[in-house]
Amino acid sequence: MPNGQALVETRALIKKFGPVTAVDGVSFRVDRGEVIGFLGPNGAGKSTTMKIIAGFLEPTSGQAFVAGHDSRRDPIAARRHLGYLPEGAPAYPDMTVADFLGFVSGMRGLTPRETSRRLAELVESIDLAEVWNRRIEALSKGYKRRVGIAQALVHDPDVLILDEPTDGLDPNQKHEMRGLIRTLAPSKAIIVSTHILEEVEAICTRAIVIARGRKLADTTPAQLLASAPPRDPAIPQLVKTTPLEDAFRHITLEQAGV
Amino acid sequence: MRSLLMIVRREFAAYFATPLAAVFLAVFVAVSSGMTFFVSSFFERAQADLSTFFTWQPWLFLVLMPAVGMRLWAEERRLGTIELLMTLPVSPWKFVFGKWLAAFGFAGLALVLTMPLWITVNVLGSPDNGVVFASYLGAWLMAGAFLAIASCVSALTKNQVLAFIGAVIVGFLFVMAGFDLVLSAVRPWAPDAVTQVIASMSFIGHFQRITDGVFEASALVFFLSLIAFALWLNVQILDARKAA
Repeated sequence: MPNGQALVETRALIKKFGPVTAVDGVSFRVDRGEVIGFLGPNGAGKSTTMKIIAGFLEPTSGQAFVAGHDSRRDPIAARRHLGYLPEGAPAYPDMTVADFLGFVSGMRGLTPRETSRRLAELVESIDLAEVWNRRIEALSKGYKRRVGIAQALVHDPDVLILDEPTDGLDPNQKHEMRGLIRTLAPSKAIIVSTHILEEVEAICTRAIVIARGRKLADTTPAQLLASAPPRDPAIPQLVKTTPLEDAFRHITLEQAGV
Repeated sequence: MRSLLMIVRREFAAYFATPLAAVFLAVFVAVSSGMTFFVSSFFERAQADLSTFFTWQPWLFLVLMPAVGMRLWAEERRLGTIELLMTLPVSPWKFVFGKWLAAFGFAGLALVLTMPLWITVNVLGSPDNGVVFASYLGAWLMAGAFLAIASCVSALTKNQVLAFIGAVIVGFLFVMAGFDLVLSAVRPWAPDAVTQVIASMSFIGHFQRITDGVFEASALVFFLSLIAFALWLNVQILDARKAA
């Protein structure tokens, strides 16, 4: 990979589903070591953008690059560099965790020996030993999510795209997941979508706010915080909000023109 | 190559992950022998052949093969695992072909389980085993064609019931293509050549010639090219879905 090339780059991505424009001209770059928090209301276009980068959807126009490979023209090369956790962490319910991860690993081109070495590492780092031989349909939400993460990591990819990795986890599990993402961060480019704002503060080096398909902000969590509108002490706060929530609401509601 | 084998193995194992496979195999063996003995009066005919068995195969397959094939893609869509498959560094061709191969193998297993009939006929008399063997091969190929159609239709929906119904309807057209029901709808307005082409698409026509002891290359070519076309269409459907 040539120097100075971003690990992930999107150029003016547009995705239309019939009359609806789900993604409207989104461009950004992600370098190694960065953890991008994808923020936005439900239906803002976060998942769609991630699906385009992962190569599951084709953009109506614009381009997405993973490690310099066009996700459309050179999909196989792009996918080799990519680990992807789709929304809801789908997996085959009839397979055991071991079989499922072995399957993904084999499909990723790892030899049986590499697979067993790599899976042994992942069992440790993602804490899957307890459910290793259990069928996926019998797993709790937290374990299912972890299997999804493990599946995205088998080939130790340069780029990780995680669609709501902490959704449905309890506070302890969320904490662990964030710890894991932080330890992975230095060697990879990671994009995490979430609508949990504290998560952005906890793990992200940069936050990209999307609403109605448009990129509304691309900044550090600290600056995002600073952009919160000052509170008017005369107005009593009926619902307590954090400054980050204020910033989020300010950007997504006012700038989007709602 | 290794990834293709892994796909076939996973898909084949998926059939046996639930009791469905056992139920299906039992139903297939029971119904096809039931038809042979009770409806077609196997014993009363007092002929040492399996034509009474094979006569029913196109009709049985018409319902049973869509049941085998309906889950192939619809289930991936429902579970969301299609997102995993389509973002692996593997060509969609391998998934389509591998899934079909697994289903084809399953159909082969179902046919193998009917072999006691073959043994019975050989004990009772001396059938033309060449014809029986060719008929089995023809039945397997025909099952493959039904399955390729089912797989293709299955890629259009995440609803397995819809996939089943769609596959039965398309399969029915192919089974009936040689009959007047279909041909009389075409004959009044289409040129003769078109009518003949449609008539030549008949599953029953091709299959019957095989069971009659005429194993022609044309039947082989017909079923194989139909399978190839349906699987090609399957890949196109998956591709089109990305851009949708």
